[in-house]
Amino acid sequence: MIYLDNAATSFPKPEETIEYVNTFIRSIGGNPGRSGHTLSIEAARTIFEAREKLTQFINGKDSERLIFTQNGTESLNLAILGLLQEKDHVITTSLEHNSVMRPLMFLKNEKGIEISVIHCTREGKLDIKQIKRSVKKNTKALVINHGSNVIGTTQPLGEIRQVINDIILIVDACQTIGAYPIDIEKDGIDILCFSCHKSLYGMQGLGAMYIRDGIELKPLKFGGTGSKSESIEHPDFLPDKYECGTPNTPGIASLLGGLAFIEKTGQKNIMQRKNELRTLIVQELSKFDNVILYGNHTGNTNVPVISLNIKNKLPSEVGYELNKKEIYVRVGLHCSPMAHKTIGTFPEGTVRISPGYFTKNEDICRFLEVMREIAKG
Amino acid sequence: MQRDNTYFLIFHTIHDVLRVEKILKKQGFTFELVPVPRNLSSDCGSCIKLNDNIEDVKPYIQNIEIDKCVLFDGVNYKEASGRPWK
Repeated sequence: MIYLDNAATSFPKPEETIEYVNTFIRSIGGNPGRSGHTLSIEAARTIFEAREKLTQFINGKDSERLIFTQNGTESLNLAILGLLQEKDHVITTSLEHNSVMRPLMFLKNEKGIEISVIHCTREGKLDIKQIKRSVKKNTKALVINHGSNVIGTTQPLGEIRQVINDIILIVDACQTIGAYPIDIEKDGIDILCFSCHKSLYGMQGLGAMYIRDGIELKPLKFGGTGSKSESIEHPDFLPDKYECGTPNTPGIASLLGGLAFIEKTGQKNIMQRKNELRTLIVQELSKFDNVILYGNHTGNTNVPVISLNIKNKLPSEVGYELNKKEIYVRVGLHCSPMAHKTIGTFPEGTVRISPGYFTKNEDICRFLEVMREIAKG
Repeated sequence: MQRDNTYFLIFHTIHDVLRVEKILKKQGFTFELVPVPRNLSSDCGSCIKLNDNIEDVKPYIQNIEIDKCVLFDGVNYKEASGRPWK
């Protein structure tokens, strides 16, 4: 079996991830912060430690501003729906995932917000001057992905921050966090949204976000927090304001394992290995006559997400053939119809190859061998 | 200070309780995490039961917002008037 779908979720997970979950569900297992007994407190300590470590990891200042969610999508929904109001204007790009576009379109339809979409080139390049030109008096936020889930391009957050003054910068870092350095302060990020099951190596069902001091969002969920239980009003202090109900504590424990793995391995080494794999795949596929590669893979800034098509074959056919040989990739639109329109592959989509840290060179050789057979037929 | 004087430090969130726990542990204070006494708050969480002098502890934790600080002298509970800090 060869797994090349790490942009959807990383697999396999490091041993540390499995060990932390195992320990949590075998020996801790209480409902955090609710009951006051030892297991409840231990569960709360697991969350506390993960919150502190993750905050440090992104150079956040205050761990109570790090909010756990169900996934990257929920983080982006809270950022977008919680921030934007009637008559607000928002800027975004043509490479965004539906987890950005759908909440924005909901607000456009419901509240009449105004959306400006900056068109990227087919290579995924963004004209930063155009962002500056799109800023209006009522521009509240810029929502942008850090790394594209379709063509792997990364965006220069620091440069973008420079041109938008005090507009709120919301960053979707699902494809980059863990493997690529992200610094809330240096990159000038106001709200950072991400999932924890990709390059942070946690389990599925966990996302997080960091909300810079001074930004208030309208919560999306209300309920039990274990705090202020005498009141039927939802608390307005952090992190409870945005978190309620029993959290995914096993998932949060798995994140601690993922972070321990990253620390042990070194983020630079993970990034370097991913770059090696990306370069190898792109180099070899470029030699195929009938393979079309999308995006621009020169340089070292892209995430290892490679979109391709074989001439005269549907992506679904290629995916089917690969799957028969136990090679797992993702085909279609990758929940990003606008990105596919940008690169000219809408509505069929592409075949997306995304190796991970644990992908071996021999896996790539086997993948290329099978691709050669498919491309011939 | 009397031997049996105890303080209950009640915070808004378990996150803050654990922040305080981390600091007190590091500084070597004597304390325990206990369920919030029902007569002090209807909260269903935990609080800090401090066996050291509050004045010694205060400088380390005064940037963390506290809900209540209650002195227990072995018989009666007495809440510090107003918020002791932040």
